[in-house]
Amino acid sequence: MTALEFLTAPWEYDFWRRALLVALMSGLVCGVIGSHVVLRGMAFIGDAVSHAVFPGIAVAFVLGTNLVLGGAVAGVVTALLIAVFTQNRRLKEDSVIGIFFAGSFGLGIVILSTAPGYGGSLESFLFGSILGISDSDVVSVAVIGALLLATTGVLNSRFTAATLDREQARAVGLPVFWLDLALHVMVTLAIVISLQAVGNILVLALLVTPAAAARLLTDRLGAMMLLAPLIGAGGGVLGLYLSYAFDLAAGGLIVLTLTAIFLLCWFFAPRHGLLTRTRRTAAPAEEKP
Amino acid sequence: MNAPVLDVRGVTVHLGGREVLSDVDFRLRRGELVGLIGPNGAGKTTLLRTALGLVPIHRGAVVVGDRTPRQAQGSLGYVPQRHEFAWDFPITVEGAVATGRTHLTGLLRRRTARDREAVADALDRVGMADLRTRPVGELSGGQRQRVLVARALALRPRVLLLDEPFTGIDVPTQELLSGLLAGLRDEGVAVLMTTHDLAAASALCDRLCLLNRTVVADGAPSALADTDIWLRTFGLDRAEQLLKALGVTG
Repeated sequence: MTALEFLTAPWEYDFWRRALLVALMSGLVCGVIGSHVVLRGMAFIGDAVSHAVFPGIAVAFVLGTNLVLGGAVAGVVTALLIAVFTQNRRLKEDSVIGIFFAGSFGLGIVILSTAPGYGGSLESFLFGSILGISDSDVVSVAVIGALLLATTGVLNSRFTAATLDREQARAVGLPVFWLDLALHVMVTLAIVISLQAVGNILVLALLVTPAAAARLLTDRLGAMMLLAPLIGAGGGVLGLYLSYAFDLAAGGLIVLTLTAIFLLCWFFAPRHGLLTRTRRTAAPAEEKP
Repeated sequence: MNAPVLDVRGVTVHLGGREVLSDVDFRLRRGELVGLIGPNGAGKTTLLRTALGLVPIHRGAVVVGDRTPRQAQGSLGYVPQRHEFAWDFPITVEGAVATGRTHLTGLLRRRTARDREAVADALDRVGMADLRTRPVGELSGGQRQRVLVARALALRPRVLLLDEPFTGIDVPTQELLSGLLAGLRDEGVAVLMTTHDLAAASALCDRLCLLNRTVVADGAPSALADTDIWLRTFGLDRAEQLLKALGVTG
């Protein structure tokens, strides 16, 4: 088989084309939103939300309605609960998040256990079922993804100001609470549209890994927000091809590909990579002006 | 004398069940450069935050121009302490300074020529124009302080509040900031800064306000020679050192 044949062969299948589209789109969207998640140190919130959408998906599955919609509703409700409960200064944010994400995950499992074929559907939610995506799912992912990218474009400079310096942002009257809320909701939606690609447990990787790798490559937000989606989409597509070539789990390979890219950046990034830093320490002749 | 641009009238503030400010009266006018002095926990930062509308007022009133602090939000220049800023964020000096004007830009608008001009001006005034493309993470402490001041100046504010601008910075930056604040005062800006550096403050400021939960004294540095005032503000141990530094003999 030639290289070209290898690349084009899977295109014969509809399910493969849908999988490729979803991997591409969720990689793009998660890369963009994930940049803010990484810079703000919200990775744990991403983890929480990915678990929190679970009861919504379970309900949608049991009722036979749109999974993306069900997950979005549950995720947004949990994000709102977290945002409200963290206003109480007595409890730290991570405790509140821990409580709600474990609670909603438990709820999801209970709901799902009422459905016939419990084991199989649970597995596909936890580990993804990118090869079993329907046309209507592809459309949901595309529409929500486009909305998310547009919203990021509009709110980007405000998110930046609020992350850089909350005190100053509040002092000039930026609506910091609402910006937090918007970001939480956006993270939720990005996770929901990516769930089917890699599953509940691994979706965090799509959000955090490409953005973290991009951060190592650049000191500019603009560049980071271009590189992260490129890495996310590229890793998604590459992982999918690898899963086709070796007949291994798609979700897992997508995440492993992203992890490999991150490690490469960690070692070889031009300014912040381990290699460069080691070399710089070994030859300290280059003085900063 | 012109009307105060910041008028704090009998303000009491409670934070976490504790009275942090108690019946504070304070006025700041155009063309004044005032130092806010007091020991740790005296409520200096809280007073600034009250003027910015970030802290609920228990009793009394704050008037900024003719508006409440919340109405005036976005028109005051504010330089918070350096640790409030996420210095590891991937942004250039210029980008960081531009965030000082983010709230003026509509959601669907791009930065205008006026925004760019205000940012360039601010960078010039703090002597950071050459470093404008440098990532903020690579700056020294003094350079970071200049960025924060430039961010506030990018607003072209008539009132400028600074929280500990002289703490932990190099001598050139200290001199530059002193010159800059005096220049702003001469242009008619009202400047209020908190500081621990009493010597610098009394050399630079027109007026010192001594705060320890309430205003202990308020006047020109030369008028504050009474030892008792310093004792009441700082307590015995610190007051002695401070008076020596100021050249006031008890």
